[in-house]
Amino acid sequence: MDALVAQYSQPSHSAPDTILEDELALSTKIAPSLSHNFELPPVGSHSAWLRAMTDDHSNPSCPIKIAHGTTTLAFRFKGGIIVATDSRATAGDWIASQTVKKVIEINSCLLGTMAGGAADCQYWLAYLGMECRLHELRHKRRISVAAASKILANLLYSYKGMGLSMGTMCAGVTPTEGPALYYIDNDGTRLAGNLFCVGSGQTHAYGVLDAEYKYEMEEEEALELGKRSILAATHRDAFSGGFINLYHIKEEGWVKHGFMDTNPIFWKTKLEKGEFSNVTSKLD
Amino acid sequence: MRGATILKATEDKTRPLNKHTLMAFVGEAGDTVQFAEYISANIALYSMRNSTQLPPYEVSSFVRTTLAKALRSKNPYTVNLLLGGFDTRTEKPELYWIDYLASSAPVPYAAHGYAQYYCLSILDKHHHPDIDLEKGLELLRMCTDELKRRLPFDFKGVIVKVVDKEGIREVEWEEGKQMYAP
Repeated sequence: MDALVAQYSQPSHSAPDTILEDELALSTKIAPSLSHNFELPPVGSHSAWLRAMTDDHSNPSCPIKIAHGTTTLAFRFKGGIIVATDSRATAGDWIASQTVKKVIEINSCLLGTMAGGAADCQYWLAYLGMECRLHELRHKRRISVAAASKILANLLYSYKGMGLSMGTMCAGVTPTEGPALYYIDNDGTRLAGNLFCVGSGQTHAYGVLDAEYKYEMEEEEALELGKRSILAATHRDAFSGGFINLYHIKEEGWVKHGFMDTNPIFWKTKLEKGEFSNVTSKLD
Repeated sequence: MRGATILKATEDKTRPLNKHTLMAFVGEAGDTVQFAEYISANIALYSMRNSTQLPPYEVSSFVRTTLAKALRSKNPYTVNLLLGGFDTRTEKPELYWIDYLASSAPVPYAAHGYAQYYCLSILDKHHHPDIDLEKGLELLRMCTDELKRRLPFDFKGVIVKVVDKEGIREVEWEEGKQMYAP
């Protein structure tokens, strides 16, 4: 009886199985990218399980400590886009690295920034780089920043609730869009905007950046402000530090402005400009 | 605030302790005012008994000790404090950052709560020990503008008070324009 009901309760327009399979094959051929076959743990809620395994805060003896903690920023101004990051990776209380490259060079005109889980960011931004290259080969022109950011946003949305941890910015220039900046995160949010700071040190960077940000800034000024904002965050946020990685995206593509140690920059800023007056350089 | 309701938007969260010391407080409802009034009454008592004003450092020490004793009792005060004072002997202003765990630190600038995350980086950059009152108020404006821009809630204005050699006075504070994130 149940089988009979099942047979007749199908909507009349539904296609026979063979056609459906063909359609499926076709759709996977068009977008082979979304057919990853990851092994998943046999649990009900992936994000809850992952949290139980990795949440250092509620369970200090958790078996997996994910590399975390960052300050990244990017902002648009009249001369293009400034992208700046720190370089510290932490796993729980442990500083795992001070020399992480958190700016991913996707192509000569497109940059991505990493915040959140280091492995997730590294893997998916490398994957985004691959997709962008494939787009270039298929369409014989460079991918737009809007499209690139949307590939990542759609992908993160498809894994929503499964415990990915990413806060990314895609910044680049194309002839059609001009300089463009997008924020993408693991809940599938995708926002176009002029100014974003992402990571545990974001508030500190926002403080300095917002106070003096103007779209009509000169290049020199903009580079200095980006650098100073990361310095502010490395000074106040325990999970940010190491080196300041600074990029400028112009019409011709991005230019790297160095990977600078924060320590000498901090002391130079303090002693020459008299900032950071709460820190004493004397032992009295 | 009570749940999601604002009960009063213009409550003064400061108490003058003596002529040259002002205490600002935030924390658990009920605890805050109880603690502030206990402190202010005891400082006043000291002034009456000894016919002298307790200087800011000594006030901070008393406040910290009171808080530390309460911390290990059955009902500790959950109160965070900023203590501003002008020392008439050294002719210097002093500021103490005190939290509910009874840490006390003399600092050039301070904040409590979420404001710390947004404002301390601004103050790190723009504060210099030798600035005048006008520049100081400009700095405060930078801070409140940033809080208006980035905090998801509206804190319904601020009360500004100045402590200097003249004593304590409230400063007229014009509520600035609405701020938007760029």
